[in-house]
Amino acid sequence: MSGTGPRENIFATRMALTNTKLRLKGAQTGHSLLAKKRDALTTRFRAILKKVDEAKRKMGRVMQLASFSMAEVTYATGDISYLVQEQAKSATFRVKAKQENVSGVVLPAFEVDRVPDFNLTGLGRGGQQVIKAREVYAKAIETLVELASLQTAFTILDEVIRATNRRVNAIEHVIIPRLENTIKYVLSELDEMDREEFFRLKKVQGKKKRDLAARESARAAEEADNVALEATIDDEGGGDLLSSKDEDVIF
Amino acid sequence: MSSTSFKDRNLLAVIGDEDSITGLLLAGIGHVNEHQRKNFLVVDAKTQVSTIEAAFQDFTERRDIAILLINQHIAEKIRPTVDKYQQAFPALLEIPAKDFPYDPEKDSVLKRVQKMFGE
Repeated sequence: MSGTGPRENIFATRMALTNTKLRLKGAQTGHSLLAKKRDALTTRFRAILKKVDEAKRKMGRVMQLASFSMAEVTYATGDISYLVQEQAKSATFRVKAKQENVSGVVLPAFEVDRVPDFNLTGLGRGGQQVIKAREVYAKAIETLVELASLQTAFTILDEVIRATNRRVNAIEHVIIPRLENTIKYVLSELDEMDREEFFRLKKVQGKKKRDLAARESARAAEEADNVALEATIDDEGGGDLLSSKDEDVIF
Repeated sequence: MSSTSFKDRNLLAVIGDEDSITGLLLAGIGHVNEHQRKNFLVVDAKTQVSTIEAAFQDFTERRDIAILLINQHIAEKIRPTVDKYQQAFPALLEIPAKDFPYDPEKDSVLKRVQKMFGE
């Protein structure tokens, strides 16, 4: 029945009905499109989720390896941490952001952008280990950068999927029912108007019939009156002399 | 979301113990900008939690940092802040340290992953 759920506040006219039907159709199209988008994103999301999980575990191993090579350096050269920290001026190991498009969602992907530097090559003893450690760490950071891309994609996709889900649900559970209610309401109002109109016509027809009947009967009565009048006139007039036989007159 | 500005982000930042920092700087991620601000923070046993928090806030608010690396045992110290961090940029990565092997159970991102698979 109409009036049970929330509906839009419009006048019940044929035009409003057409408009609302069009909007309902639009909402349904939008719903199916958004649902498709959500499915595409979720597929992507699942794939990334799996990769993130793997990459995180891989990172654990890679970093362990890097720590070992650092230990080797410390063993061979002594503590170089202070020196290394003081040497840091401008980053030679940077990342570049690329972007990738998944169903209209821009996902950034980081790429390693490295310029070779020879700052610490001449580091007294143990130069070999230092260079090796540097390479191992560079490899480790590459893994980290890869992981960071995945994780960023993960965060962004998560957010976008939530937003899309909210929209899909809003359309499905709020907008479409409301439009349907509006259509029902308009239809029932129009039906009601139709019935009223029909009833009114019937009434008018009935009244016309009654009038006609009244007029008929009046005329009939008039005619009857006329006939009666004529009859009386006939009675009064001589009439047919042959039709009745007078009694013989006996003298 | 600050996705419009991610083109300018090209640095990595680290909060870690001395060994991790040394290794990462050796690979060349160290950067000191024109205001003498470093992109790394060395944390030892004496470092205050408030200092770590401040550095974390600073690194996450800087607009030139793409990835923030933090040692997992240090992330533990500011766990509420780390768990609350949901931004896409900079990407937050918890990395293992030499003395603290990696524990996937504690990672803020993996926790979310697990929650999603669990549900």
